[in-house]
Amino acid sequence: MRRLLVTLAAASLAVALGAGLAGCGERPQVVQYKQGKYQGKPDEPPYATAPWNGNKEAWEQALTARNQNQNEYKRVR
Amino acid sequence: MARMKFLCDAERCIECNGCVTACKQEHDIPWGVNRRRVVTINDGVPGERSISVACMHCSDAPCMAVCPVDCFYKTENGVVLHDKDLCIGCGYCFYACPFGAPQFPQAGAFGVRGKMDKCTFCAGGPEPNNSEAEFKKYGRNRLAEGKLPACAEMCSTKALLGGDGDVLAEIYRTRVTSRGRGSEVWGWATAYGRPDQSKQPGVPGAAPGAPGAPATPPPGGSKS
Repeated sequence: MRRLLVTLAAASLAVALGAGLAGCGERPQVVQYKQGKYQGKPDEPPYATAPWNGNKEAWEQALTARNQNQNEYKRVR
Repeated sequence: MARMKFLCDAERCIECNGCVTACKQEHDIPWGVNRRRVVTINDGVPGERSISVACMHCSDAPCMAVCPVDCFYKTENGVVLHDKDLCIGCGYCFYACPFGAPQFPQAGAFGVRGKMDKCTFCAGGPEPNNSEAEFKKYGRNRLAEGKLPACAEMCSTKALLGGDGDVLAEIYRTRVTSRGRGSEVWGWATAYGRPDQSKQPGVPGAAPGAPGAPATPPPGGSKS
C-alpha cells in the first residue's frame, strides 16, 4: 500500500514538473502586424471627369502651373 | 506627378487663420470640426511662431495602420482619404495621428461621435467627382477642377504651400536662399535637398550655419 502511494506521489510529481516546465518554453508572443487592405468603395482619379476626361497630362500641367503660382519670387519678377 | 504635400513656413505665418476660414467655407464644415487650425508656439512672447496644421497626408500614415475597418486609402498622388460609409467613428485614428487631424462631429446626445472627418487635400472622397454626395460627405473636390487646396491658395502671405512636394521644396528653397534664413525651420534637406547643391561647398546663396555656407548672412538676414 505504501509502495503504491509512493509511486502515485512520484508520478504526480513528475506530471507536475513536466507541466510546470512546459510553461518555460520561449515562444514569440508578438502579434505579427498585417497591413490592412482598403475595404471601401473605389475612388476615381481627379482627372477622370470633365474637363480633363482622363487626360492625366493636361491635369498635371494645370496643377503644376497653379503650383508655381505660389512662388511669388517667380510670379512677381 | 509626385506626392501631394503641405508645407507651412513659420517665418511667414501671421496667425490670421485665413486658411482655417477658407477650409471651413469651402467645404461647408459643421460647427465643432476643424480640418485645419493654426498652432502658435510661445504665444505672446516676442519671437512667437505660428504654423498651420492639418492632415499631413503621411507617406506611411498611422491612421491607415490602426483603422479596424480599413476605410483609409491613398490616392496615386499620395493623398490620404477615407470612406465615410465604412467608418465606424471608433477614434483609433485620432489617437494614432501625431497631428490631431481626424475630427469627430458630435452626432447625438451624450457626446456620441459621428464619422471621422479630416482634411482631404481638397480631393473629395470615394464618390463621383464633384457630385453632391461627394460634397456632402467630403467637401469640394478642387483637385478634380485643376485647383490646389483652398487653404494654401487663400494664404495671404503664402506661408502655407500646398501641392506637389517636389515643387514645394523648390519654392521653399528659392525663398530661403532669397531671404537668407529659414532653412533651419524645415531642415537642410528640405531647403537644399538637391544632392548636387548640398554636396558642393560654398554654394552661392547657401544659408548660414549650413555646410559650405558663407560665414556672414546676407543683408537683412538677422532680422526675424
